[in-house]
Amino acid sequence: MNGLTIAVPRGALFDGTLDALDRLGVDTSELRRNDRRLLFEEAGVIAMRPSDVPTYVEAGAADLGITGKDVLMEQRERHVYELLDLSYGRCRMVLATRAGDDQTAEALRRLGVVRVATKYPRIAARWFEETGRQAEIVEVNGSVELAPLTGLVEAIVDLTATGTTLEENGLVVREEIATCTARLIANPVAHKLKAAAIDDVKERLRAG
Amino acid sequence: MLPDEMRELRAISERVRAVLDEAGYGEVYTPALEYESEIERADLAGARPAYRLFDEHGNVLVLRSDMTVPIARVVATRYAHSEPPMRFSYLAHAYRGVRPQRGQAREFLQAGIELIGSPAPEGTAEALGILCRALDAAGLRDYRVGLGDASLYGRLLDAFAVAAEARERILHELVTRDFVGLEREVAAAGLGDEEAALLLRVPQMRGGTDVLEASDGPVADALAGMRAVRELLDPAASERVIFDLGLVRDLGYYTGAVFEVYDPALGVPVGGGGRYDELLGRFGRPLPAVGFALDVERLHIALTGEERT
Repeated sequence: MNGLTIAVPRGALFDGTLDALDRLGVDTSELRRNDRRLLFEEAGVIAMRPSDVPTYVEAGAADLGITGKDVLMEQRERHVYELLDLSYGRCRMVLATRAGDDQTAEALRRLGVVRVATKYPRIAARWFEETGRQAEIVEVNGSVELAPLTGLVEAIVDLTATGTTLEENGLVVREEIATCTARLIANPVAHKLKAAAIDDVKERLRAG
Repeated sequence: MLPDEMRELRAISERVRAVLDEAGYGEVYTPALEYESEIERADLAGARPAYRLFDEHGNVLVLRSDMTVPIARVVATRYAHSEPPMRFSYLAHAYRGVRPQRGQAREFLQAGIELIGSPAPEGTAEALGILCRALDAAGLRDYRVGLGDASLYGRLLDAFAVAAEARERILHELVTRDFVGLEREVAAAGLGDEEAALLLRVPQMRGGTDVLEASDGPVADALAGMRAVRELLDPAASERVIFDLGLVRDLGYYTGAVFEVYDPALGVPVGGGGRYDELLGRFGRPLPAVGFALDVERLHIALTGEERT
């Protein structure tokens, strides 16, 4: 792809990303067909978990990458350029609790601290810090929705697209932390040394 | 560090040092520990000392985070009456904070120069010429040196009379390399379309000499300065330099030209430097100055990477 290597996310952003690559004229048929293969050298594409994309791009193993803003917010210290909001994969980062009385407020009022389960410990910690509340962050890797139902925590911070999963588990959104979409990122050195190729990709993606 | 690595690092260091020595830059060494009150006289912004300790009298000592500030202090005290320009080189360790769990080294070896009392553009061109000679001597093949101007974006914001609060938010997006955020903050600053477009376009302008022709108005001064440097470069350096109006360095003391060394075999810069025309004044000897530092261990990784391709 313009002599560049791009790291793309498997998962929720994969289809939108393949459409974007199609518009760039990348042959994505092999990517669509084969969901086990990771390295597509002829197309200049590497497929991986969204949270690994900044790692590859920062180190220069990929010149460009596409990943969610949620990932970039969680890995704020990465030295990568955030070039473009690709606007697909729109989700909200929210604070949710069980329906009914807001358990966050009660915990803060009576215990001075609220327990929060999340896959995004840094975003969650930062949100409570910014809003001046004490939180105990519980990092979980699987279904976050389970945590408040079992009494592990009072609240969760998680990404939601439609809100269906929250609703099905009897959870309601209490606060909206951020809106997250897919972003195009670049390695800082590649951004200088392959400027023309990267700008070309960026402008074509912007044009949509 | 074990014998194989040590041997290779020594060889690289010696090749770089020979170039600096031949160019008339005398080697200096200062203690790794400095009084915090001395170091804090410089504006180190993103690279403030990360490690502190106390001596037996309760003074706060820090491990130096670069060599430029200690050398500035030496010049102001030991060379208070010497005739400029003065030329110094160093090969020394510096210490910076690391991000957790990333295997970054807290201690790293720098090779560099400080050219004191030689203003732009002559001093800048001299430093760039030596930088390229040092990299050539080290054997690095495919590197480029990005040249920018630390004062450029601030001047733009001044010219457009951007309010202090918006200015801070815009600069934050710029240093955190977030062009999406930059677009949002520039839009929020309530500027005219043309001004807003320029604020977004300028930091993404990088490449050959065409970048320097681009514009007039508030950018023109900085571009004229970069052109003047370019005209003074010897051909070997000239063909290595690319122009980068978006170049930001994380040290706060830079005032004019800034530069960074890129190599396709490494995802991070191999080194960098720039002009710090106001730093010496803070130590009592106001003189224009310019310098650079190469990260010898990164240079080693880049050389090894180039071998593989």
